[in-house]
Amino acid sequence: MLPAGLLLLVFLTYPLGLGTWLGFTDTKIGRAGVWVGLDNYRFLWGDEVTRLALFNTLFYTFVASVIKFALGLWLAMLLNRNLPFKSFFRAVVLLPFIVPTALSALAFWWIYDAQFSIVSWSLMKMGLIDRYIDFLGEPWLARFSVIAANIWRGIPFVAICLLAGLQTISPSLYEAAALDGATPWQRFRFVTLPLLTPIIAVVMTFSVLFTFTDFQLIYVITRGGPLNSTHLMATLSFQRAISGGSLGEGAAIATAMVPFLLAAILFSYFGLQRRAWQQGGNDK
Amino acid sequence: MSQTEKASSEGMTYLESLPRRVVTLYVPIAIFLFVLLFPFYWMVITSFKPDAELLTRDGNPFWVVAPTLAHFEKLLFHTPYPEWMWNTIVVSVVSTFFSLAASVFAAYAIERLRFKGSKQTGLAIFLAYLVPPSILFIPLAAIVFKLGLFDTKWALILTYPTFLIPFCTWLLMGYFRSIPFELEECALIDGATRWQILVKIILPLAVPGLISAGIFAFTLSWNEFIYALTFVSSSEVKTVPVGVVTELVEGDVYHWGALMAGALLGSLPVAIMYSFFVEYYVSGMTGAVKE
Repeated sequence: MLPAGLLLLVFLTYPLGLGTWLGFTDTKIGRAGVWVGLDNYRFLWGDEVTRLALFNTLFYTFVASVIKFALGLWLAMLLNRNLPFKSFFRAVVLLPFIVPTALSALAFWWIYDAQFSIVSWSLMKMGLIDRYIDFLGEPWLARFSVIAANIWRGIPFVAICLLAGLQTISPSLYEAAALDGATPWQRFRFVTLPLLTPIIAVVMTFSVLFTFTDFQLIYVITRGGPLNSTHLMATLSFQRAISGGSLGEGAAIATAMVPFLLAAILFSYFGLQRRAWQQGGNDK
Repeated sequence: MSQTEKASSEGMTYLESLPRRVVTLYVPIAIFLFVLLFPFYWMVITSFKPDAELLTRDGNPFWVVAPTLAHFEKLLFHTPYPEWMWNTIVVSVVSTFFSLAASVFAAYAIERLRFKGSKQTGLAIFLAYLVPPSILFIPLAAIVFKLGLFDTKWALILTYPTFLIPFCTWLLMGYFRSIPFELEECALIDGATRWQILVKIILPLAVPGLISAGIFAFTLSWNEFIYALTFVSSSEVKTVPVGVVTELVEGDVYHWGALMAGALLGSLPVAIMYSFFVEYYVSGMTGAVKE
């Protein structure tokens, strides 16, 4: 009764092992490699571009996740209020999440276009800038541009999941808190946040995982440029392995992402999820 | 009764004044919606604009003066776009059905056949879902090469389940868990086999779960990018996202109109599907996270 198990074993567990193994070889496309030990990792550690990619990935993940969380929580709380056409709004909000990322990334590429950017046009008309902004031409501007696109894509997921969590909090708790004289901030800090922590932990783990390993947005919008300033680990490993042909090196980069992901999972699991009283159980 | 229900659903909103509601609720919501929807609006507007209007800084870019279907015409009759569309449909539908069938068995086995280590298997399935494609695509590419599947639809149909099965199984496990044991026990006493129980009792009760999982799986495989980019290289087998990104972007002159038209048409199927099944979709997503 487990055909799924078999398929997962062949196409998931085996590739994971194979990927790790490839990371220790000098395999190229069309040529089997030999064991070279830690050479790949040693080379990558001394490689400027890889270091930059690592920095970019951490920066990208951190900034995007924090903003996604803040805005997502805010949007969730707005949607949780009494609102006409609530379900309609909720449906519309999810749209950025369900359309193919590669295709919405194209729209962002066009929005960031150096000559005909709509953002530049609007700012010009408002008189805020006197020259078109070259969004994807300068390293830091490009970084923030792709981060903005990532946030745009990620907010709906965070918001809708947190909304599901908010809906389970009984309004009577807020009323009780208000009667006891709690300010709105206190109600948020001492009622909403503690009750929401478990779901925040799960949602943010997912969000961090998918941001860290993001590929499509970067590949479509900047391809890692300008001057490798937006390369993430995933895009770099694609470039080295598929475009460049060094499967071993690419696999090493991909494998190097695993410890970070494990750290993120463990952090959210042990740091945020253990308090059982939040789910109505006894504290252990 | 209805009075009190209404009051409790509104909570303390009656304490708020209207201007306050406008500032703290309606204005932020409007801004959120504007930002979240603007790229779509921009996609639509661009795809109907003639090139002359696209490549000028004069006039109002937010509106289109002389709408044209030229970009759609170019897309549908002068590029392999319809072929990509067909490929995407085939790959998504086949891999979705395949994964769904496999997941039903897996989820049922984990939840109800109490074998040793079923808990661990369940956890392993969940962890498998967390393994991102950007780590797996290189070794998978090596395997696809070895199996001689490179550049065929089968490469995609067989690799998509690696992320679909864990997700669907996880989702269905939750649904199966909510079906009471007693129903199965009754059936067992009446002489039903495991197979009959699964087909006649569990599956009909789990239809909402199946729909959620199916829709989600379909969307995920429709949106898949990195595998399709890596495992397929000739134009005849490309999927829509990959085809649009790799083949419509040529040289230094970008055909924004055609690009946006392609993006729009490629997004429409999932958007339409989504609009029919919003509730299932949301419950699938939040259900997967809540567990």
